[in-house]
Amino acid sequence: MLPELGQFALILALLLSVVQCVLPLIGAQSGNRALIALARPAVAGQAVFVIAAFAILTYAFLSQDFSVAYVAQNSNSLLPWFYRFSAVWGAHEGSLLLWILILAIWSVAVAAFSRALPDDFMARVLGVLGFISFGFLLFTLLTSNPFARALPVPADGIDLNPVLQDPGLIMHPPMLYTGYVGFSVAFAFAIAALLGGQLDVRWVRWSRPWTNVAWAFLTLGIALGSWWAYYTLGWGGWWFWDPVENASFMPWLVGTALIHSQAVTEKRGSFRAWTLLLAIFAFSLSLLGTFLVRSGVLTSVHSFAADPKRGIFILAFLAAVVGGSLLIYALRAPKVAGGEPFAAVSRETVLLVNNLMFACAAAMVLLGTLYPLLGEALNLGRISVGPPYFGFMFVLLMLPVVLLLPFGPFLKWRGADLRAAARALLPALAVAVLAAALAWLLVGNLPWKALAGTAASLWVGLGIALYALSRWRHAPPGRRFTPEMLGMICAHFGVALFLAGVLIVEATSIEKDVRLAPDQSVAIGALAFRFDGVHDAQGPNYQAQQGVISVLEGDRTIAVLHPQKRQYTRNAQIQTEAALQPGLFRDLYVALGEPVGDDGAWAVRIYVKPFVRWIWLGALLMMFGGFVAAADKRFRTLPARAASTATPSPPNPPLEGDGLKGAQA
Amino acid sequence: MNARLLPLAGFLLIAALLGFGIWWSSSHDPRAVPSPLIDKPAPTFALPLLADPDKTLGSADLAGQPYLLNVFASWCFACRDEHPILMREGKRLGIKLVGFNYKDEPDDAQRWLAQYGDPYDVVIADHPGKVAIDFGVTGAPETFLVDGSGVIRYKYISPITPEVIDKELLPRIAAMKGAAR
Repeated sequence: MLPELGQFALILALLLSVVQCVLPLIGAQSGNRALIALARPAVAGQAVFVIAAFAILTYAFLSQDFSVAYVAQNSNSLLPWFYRFSAVWGAHEGSLLLWILILAIWSVAVAAFSRALPDDFMARVLGVLGFISFGFLLFTLLTSNPFARALPVPADGIDLNPVLQDPGLIMHPPMLYTGYVGFSVAFAFAIAALLGGQLDVRWVRWSRPWTNVAWAFLTLGIALGSWWAYYTLGWGGWWFWDPVENASFMPWLVGTALIHSQAVTEKRGSFRAWTLLLAIFAFSLSLLGTFLVRSGVLTSVHSFAADPKRGIFILAFLAAVVGGSLLIYALRAPKVAGGEPFAAVSRETVLLVNNLMFACAAAMVLLGTLYPLLGEALNLGRISVGPPYFGFMFVLLMLPVVLLLPFGPFLKWRGADLRAAARALLPALAVAVLAAALAWLLVGNLPWKALAGTAASLWVGLGIALYALSRWRHAPPGRRFTPEMLGMICAHFGVALFLAGVLIVEATSIEKDVRLAPDQSVAIGALAFRFDGVHDAQGPNYQAQQGVISVLEGDRTIAVLHPQKRQYTRNAQIQTEAALQPGLFRDLYVALGEPVGDDGAWAVRIYVKPFVRWIWLGALLMMFGGFVAAADKRFRTLPARAASTATPSPPNPPLEGDGLKGAQA
Repeated sequence: MNARLLPLAGFLLIAALLGFGIWWSSSHDPRAVPSPLIDKPAPTFALPLLADPDKTLGSADLAGQPYLLNVFASWCFACRDEHPILMREGKRLGIKLVGFNYKDEPDDAQRWLAQYGDPYDVVIADHPGKVAIDFGVTGAPETFLVDGSGVIRYKYISPITPEVIDKELLPRIAAMKGAAR
């Protein structure tokens, strides 16, 4: 009975999403206040039913209701409760419901925290969000009902895919989706502005924290995914340029461009068309990611079961949302464009370079991802371009970004003195070059990537530190570090850590596949890895063979690692669990291969990965920066101004004084 | 041309490519491994009956009449999806339905059939899975249509659906019967 109620709740949510989409948009166009006022209650009502549906599906999992086909396919009576909980979004149907749930929560937040904005504008924003919600609800009900019954009722479920039975994966999809869905807010703002025919700089200011938060969640989601891939897939890699990874990376790249472009539009009034376009692209690429993962068009390690019906639906929806919004853009953008002139050397220019490079990188990733399809369409055969293409192109495109990054904060808006900025940054450049030279002299024979990583990381990190220092010296107390600025500094520090991690790990990690008999050891650098044999271990829903590997430095044991090879009881899937000893400067990583020979010997894969943690540490700092910047009170302070367009806010608006006027948070 | 139409044009190109992708992946089933045995004589075999392992049934016993060989196992979850369809629609085929119990414990298989019902006219058991290799079985469920002269006419991987029965099996069976007459 309950599952049917869940489906019924989804149908009611669908009807409310139609109300939320159609009536407020009509109201805003015709100036009907009653229709405009419907937007917020419709959002709240829809959220209630979506939450109810999600709760019912969760309950079906926790109570082991195998009469629900989705539960039977993705759970099992032996599955621990926390995985039963995360299994709710372990496959296509449930993860779609999670998407819808997060969209409902974002919509409620937007409705609640936007009372300071004009009602007709908000009616359009909520109407656009309603349309997106409508599309996803219809998709769920027509092609992917999570509440469908299994007849006959199986005695037990098949089990959650063992790859997904992992703590990192519990949080990965919710964070990722929060990021994807978060871009819908910036998107809805852009469409609402285009429909209304005016882009008020105040609205851009209001939408900035939303974009920052969405971007921060997406950063965290991608980092979690990468971290999970690193320790579960047993390959020791952290990024594979897999179509599904790319699907999440493209919106991130465009989102990164968007948060910078929004800053320009808000502070200087420039880049308006660009900001609108990037807002549309960021969300469109989120939708495209959904399409790629669920349509079966591209094969990937984590694509969902393919179904052409689903593919056609998403493509139609994609065409409606993206095609429609780009058409609106083409028709209406000339009305809202405009901005302030700026000199060739100015902060605007470097941010424009940032925007162009990130947009090109996203286009490059898109091209590479769709390349197999393109090859097929042009009858060249299904060719994949793979990591060499992505790696080369991405480094090429990011090179100017890394070189110019420290200049950004030092250059003033409108026009700046390049020489002053260069003088200020000279120490960073000197240290970066010296450190690379020193590393080369001391260690000798280091690959160029390691040297480049050291230099680039120091250049960016010290450049930002120098800016923080000059801010401390020259800005009046109290205005030295606004949250917005702290967030910027923090995120850019994250870039420095990330660069160090990526380039050093790429250049200097050691990977060895060895055959080890019990008590035999292998030396890697100053470390000895001793294989102490394999014994059986029992998990809640699997049996494992667990290896014991001691790592010795001289005579001292510095780690004992227990990699496992698990066989899941129910669906007989085999899963390799690598064991690792994390460290700030190096990870030791061991995975079991296959038993070889009769003497108890195993194929063992051993990795030593210097600085690999810095990759995720950098990503975490970027995420943290996004949240800190979003917390700036300035964004929630909307000066009541009659003039609706054109006048940009002053470059450095006073933070104190104007208090919390209009703030609802 | 208005430059502001460029993003839309770019998107339409990508959408067309994605549409092509859907069409391509639906007309090229990645599971469609063309069987080299189609239109070749079925392998000769003799396997014990599931219900009575002392008796055997072989290709010689089945000769002369078309039959449908359905590979299933109690451990196979997809077979559970397929099962009600065979129960409901199996009789519609009008030919002998032979269950091919694949790499299964006989007790489990018997219990499975007792629980969910037995749609088959006869069930043979291939516990070691050797005859399955001759048939080129890649997994369960799989279905082979063999005509009266012992030639494999059709093979389907994954659970049979009413659509497959209507569009693929029934026309072929009708053609065989027409040819026999």
